[in-house]
Amino acid sequence: MTSFDPQMLLSGQYHDMLVAGLKMSLQYLFWAFWIALPLGLVIALFRLSPYKPLRWIGATYVEVIRSIPLLAHMLFWYFGVPEMLPVSIKEMLYEGPVESICAVVALGVYTAAYMAEDIRSGIRAVPGVQMEAARALGLGYMKTMCLVILPQAFRLTVPPLISQTLNMWKGTSIATVIGAAEMMYQAGQVESQSFRSFEAFAFASASYLVVSLIITGIAVWFQHRYPVRTM
Amino acid sequence: MLELIQEYWLYFLVGQYPKGPLGGLALTIILATLGLILSMPLGLVFGLMRVSSNRWLRLPVTGFIYVVRGMPLLMVVFWAYFFLPSVTGVKTDQFWTMLIALVVFDAVYLAEIVRAGILGLPKGQMECARSLGLPYMKAMRSVILPQALRNSLPSLVNQFISTIKETSLGYIIGLAEVTFIATQINSLVFTKPAQVFGILGLTYFVLCFGLSRLAFWIERRLERKGLGNRPQAKVAA
Repeated sequence: MTSFDPQMLLSGQYHDMLVAGLKMSLQYLFWAFWIALPLGLVIALFRLSPYKPLRWIGATYVEVIRSIPLLAHMLFWYFGVPEMLPVSIKEMLYEGPVESICAVVALGVYTAAYMAEDIRSGIRAVPGVQMEAARALGLGYMKTMCLVILPQAFRLTVPPLISQTLNMWKGTSIATVIGAAEMMYQAGQVESQSFRSFEAFAFASASYLVVSLIITGIAVWFQHRYPVRTM
Repeated sequence: MLELIQEYWLYFLVGQYPKGPLGGLALTIILATLGLILSMPLGLVFGLMRVSSNRWLRLPVTGFIYVVRGMPLLMVVFWAYFFLPSVTGVKTDQFWTMLIALVVFDAVYLAEIVRAGILGLPKGQMECARSLGLPYMKAMRSVILPQALRNSLPSLVNQFISTIKETSLGYIIGLAEVTFIATQINSLVFTKPAQVFGILGLTYFVLCFGLSRLAFWIERRLERKGLGNRPQAKVAA
């Protein structure tokens, strides 16, 4: 094995490729988060709703999505879904960065199922009397949720949501299977062009690790800064 | 969809088996099962080291767990794929590469499950066992671990589910498990990607959903016997 060459990672063409990959991965994380969080919240409220059909939709969504590997989601969204779209939308999609869009949607839809469960358990941890008291004061169901239950559930929910974000960060690596130019893909490219696998994978590993540790750090900070109030 | 199943079901289940290496769904299940079984002893050791009071045992394992948990499995697979051959000098095939990566990855997660199981027990259990004169390891083995592992049974089933899902990454290094077979069928048929990947998703769903019901059932059973450690809480909504 040849010696480690840090120069290659600090400047030059390979450096640019790897950094571009890192940026792309971070962008995926950002966009997928904004799909996953609102969708997760809606699904969680569905699962807790007083109406049976809504509860059923929420439960089915969570169970189906969670039982299928992210990789299969990616393949389905990349190969399967565009075929089912109307021609005009399909053409528009293929003019844009289709791999990235499919990867972000797959990642967001997948993580939403996990986030929904976290939000649901946060809401369920709020004592039942809070709901009763708010309803007794004359607030409607949705108003009670928004003004009384969700703010209390928030403190409990944020730490698990942050660790879901961490899972999502690791999930971005799977986008490499549909040829999206994120970090794992770029590391593979650098490896095959330069034959220096150690440097390329060391860079990718270190980047994943650093971002993961930062996300973990945020979770620890939040729990410290906003401890759960005993009720 | 039915034609697809009629034409390719055998290929989907066992790959090229009689004429070639075993693949498909059978390989997925074998890989996940072996992965979980082989990682159990390692996970147990890591878990015990993680709760040990000796910092020379605790800190290195804690560091290792943080590193592996901070990385995607794909990264671990790539390290195994490119480095095992160059370090050991033996060309490992895809099956062994994937298995090794899975064992390392699962061991780390199992360690955390074991740790949670041990920490979830009342402190008095260990104190009692020690005051009866049992040494630390003996107390662990005959008092703490049997209870801790029983409580973590649902988590173990969940870990098995995620191992099944993780085997799909074998596709990336060209291992002929069920996802790989599905992409092969997709390129043979070419015109029905939504159906092919729909069937793939359905297969995983049946497998994993069944197992998650099993975990749920075990949890309920433990709770009913008064063995579980989940507090009953009044809930909103």
